[in-house]
Amino acid sequence: MTRKIRTRKTRRLTLIAVAGCVLAVALGLVLYAMNDTIVFFNSPADVQAKNVAPGTRFRLGGLVKEGSVRRGDKQHVEFEVMDAQSSIHVQYQGLLPDLFREGQGIVAEGRLEASGLFRADTVLAKHDENYMPREVADALKRQGHWQGETHPPQQAQQN
Amino acid sequence: MLVEAGHFALALALGLSLIQFVVPLWGARANDPVLMSVAPTTALAVLACVGFAFLTLTYAYISSDFSVLNVVENSHSAKPLIYKISGVWGNHEGSMLLWVLILCLFGGVVALAKNTVPMRLQANTLAVQAAITVAFLLFILMTSNPFRRLVPAAAEGQDLNPLLQDPGLAIHPPLLYVGYVGFSISFAFACAALIDGRIDAVWARIVRPWTLAAWCFLTLGIAMGSYWAYYELGWGGWWFWDPVENASLMPWLAGTALVHSTVVMEKRDALKVWTILLAILTFSLSLLGTFLVRSGVLTSVHSFAVDPERGTFILGILVIFIGGSLALFAWRAPLLQQGGLFAPISREGALVVNNLFLASACATVFIGTLYPLALEVLTGDKISVGAPFFNATFLPLIVPLLLLLPLGQTLAWKRGNLLGTVQRLYAVFGASILVVLAVLAFTYGGPVLAPFGIGLGVYLVLGSFNEIVTRSWTRGKPLSVAWIKARGLPRSTWGTVFAHAGVGLVVLGISATAWDVESLGTMKPGDRIGAGPYQLRLERIVPRQEANYREDAALFRVDRNGRELGTVESMKRLYVTRGMPTTEAGILTFGLSQVYVSLGEMQPNGSVGVRLYYKPLVLLIWLGAVVMAFGGALSLTDRRLRIAAPARNRAAPPIAPVPAE
Repeated sequence: MTRKIRTRKTRRLTLIAVAGCVLAVALGLVLYAMNDTIVFFNSPADVQAKNVAPGTRFRLGGLVKEGSVRRGDKQHVEFEVMDAQSSIHVQYQGLLPDLFREGQGIVAEGRLEASGLFRADTVLAKHDENYMPREVADALKRQGHWQGETHPPQQAQQN
Repeated sequence: MLVEAGHFALALALGLSLIQFVVPLWGARANDPVLMSVAPTTALAVLACVGFAFLTLTYAYISSDFSVLNVVENSHSAKPLIYKISGVWGNHEGSMLLWVLILCLFGGVVALAKNTVPMRLQANTLAVQAAITVAFLLFILMTSNPFRRLVPAAAEGQDLNPLLQDPGLAIHPPLLYVGYVGFSISFAFACAALIDGRIDAVWARIVRPWTLAAWCFLTLGIAMGSYWAYYELGWGGWWFWDPVENASLMPWLAGTALVHSTVVMEKRDALKVWTILLAILTFSLSLLGTFLVRSGVLTSVHSFAVDPERGTFILGILVIFIGGSLALFAWRAPLLQQGGLFAPISREGALVVNNLFLASACATVFIGTLYPLALEVLTGDKISVGAPFFNATFLPLIVPLLLLLPLGQTLAWKRGNLLGTVQRLYAVFGASILVVLAVLAFTYGGPVLAPFGIGLGVYLVLGSFNEIVTRSWTRGKPLSVAWIKARGLPRSTWGTVFAHAGVGLVVLGISATAWDVESLGTMKPGDRIGAGPYQLRLERIVPRQEANYREDAALFRVDRNGRELGTVESMKRLYVTRGMPTTEAGILTFGLSQVYVSLGEMQPNGSVGVRLYYKPLVLLIWLGAVVMAFGGALSLTDRRLRIAAPARNRAAPPIAPVPAE
């Protein structure tokens, strides 16, 4: 009888210990990754205000300045991302999303170089003609630069 | 008129599901069979009402009834018929209606399963199912009515989002929803067991087929969605760790754990409380997924209708059902009889480890998906958690699980022998290590980790089939005997083998992405571009005019080492009604590998930006998922899972007599 109770106890303890170990590892991985892999969102004004250090990876969001898009060969593109207060020069190589246009809101992910140039490796635009990336909309609203949407947002969802 | 009838049918369904919720619960409490028998009848009636409502909406779409707001916003008379039909669920309101329809469909099937499910369990289960139906019908009727009229009627519709005008959309959401919503049955059974305070192996036998079926559909749905994103978004990526994708991955991980834990419960009458909790969590994650996708709280490659009222309503449903079921669990679970004991080194022990890893992996996905939301609410900081986070957390938890998988599958029930198990896998270990070495040598100077991934994939496939070999083949016996024996193995064994081999195929496909070759260029007709062993020549660019879009189609000739293989076409479309451009990728398949061409913007000087990929073995990613679902389906056809089917005489199958050794 006591033997049975003891095995029950030890087995349960083994199980709890193993579960604890796996969960601890999972937690450790999450905390480690949180430090290292998370990307903040900044508008051009935030970049100036926060003094973002060159080399930090972040998401830059704002409007593509009218008349600023310049295309080179091999799909090199340069353009300015602006908000109400300032603008940042962005370089990117690759195909741009279908809805990338001047005057539109976009989000670019990449790093700031020491010269103040933002080298993007990903450019995201909206997926629907009436959709503004939410961070961009919020940032513009904060700066009082928001004109509101001209027509009610359309629903376009997948799944 | 028909549209109003559909609207009315929905309201009627709401009333009927209220009855289906209250009366059977009361009947089960009072032990009154008449009241309990109300459950199946009303479940079928609700199904009929919701089915009718869905048909009327579909009819409005097919007949392009532009006096219905939902049709105006999402359809166009020039749209092909298939997209008129799939457009029904290509928008918020219609997709919620599909959600409820599938919910009722499952309720209807449970109602028809009279002979297999005990009456009390059936009554309680259908009552819980009805509670969910009530909540979502209220949601549809109060915040997302698809039947709202537009006065005066519009002359023409605004067309469906062009990204969604694709055969993929016709299949992806229904598959995904059958998976999502299918877990509601496991949830309802779990709540019913808690309400009744009784749970046993019979419960597990009843619940397992439902869970397995839902899991198969969810697997296919996720794979379909991934392939859709791959060819339709034109980025050549197949998984973005996007919150909406994570929303479907979380219930899949929890559901996979549930499928495995019900096996333990069925075979060994253990892990009862955990299985109940897992059933509740799996459906809670499905609800959470619905909330994330439908409420617009997350930014994602999918765009949303941001409507705070809807978000709040779904959040309310979420809180009531998750909170309620967890409270029920906390209150009633201690009353459940404790399960049996088992040894750590055994099949059931291995399945516990499986559950542990899957649950932890699911938790990391959960944190990665919801942490940005929490942070924004608490501090206002906006962050994005992307692939690097999940690679650093999810992969280290999944890889050990995959390494242990063939071991667990080979271990015996009750009391396993680790050394003997390892011995039975010697050949598999050896072959996998050889593959790693061969790939490393062959691709010297290339990616270093990917050959190990290939080895892992091979190890999983071989390790899965190893079970068949060890169970049917003995040294010195002719192969024909082994074949007959292998065919005599239970279907569920074959199912396990295929499902696990499917995982191996997915791993192979993912590892092979390390050898993807990408090249970018600006091309004029006659220009060439190369990726890997393939060269592409832009032949010409042809403008075309179709019913609801116009396009520039670029025709490419594909060569391999100077030999022509065929042509491939990639298009840049402009959907006229919405003024929205899309890119249609051109894909040429060679065996399991693909050449993928996507177009950039047309330049005024007649040149076009081109992105070319060579993606070796990429098809294995989705093929593996299909094999996994096939394995699940194979298990479903096992007689053991058909409770009503009389057990077949074990001696009957033509298994050659095995002489004692």
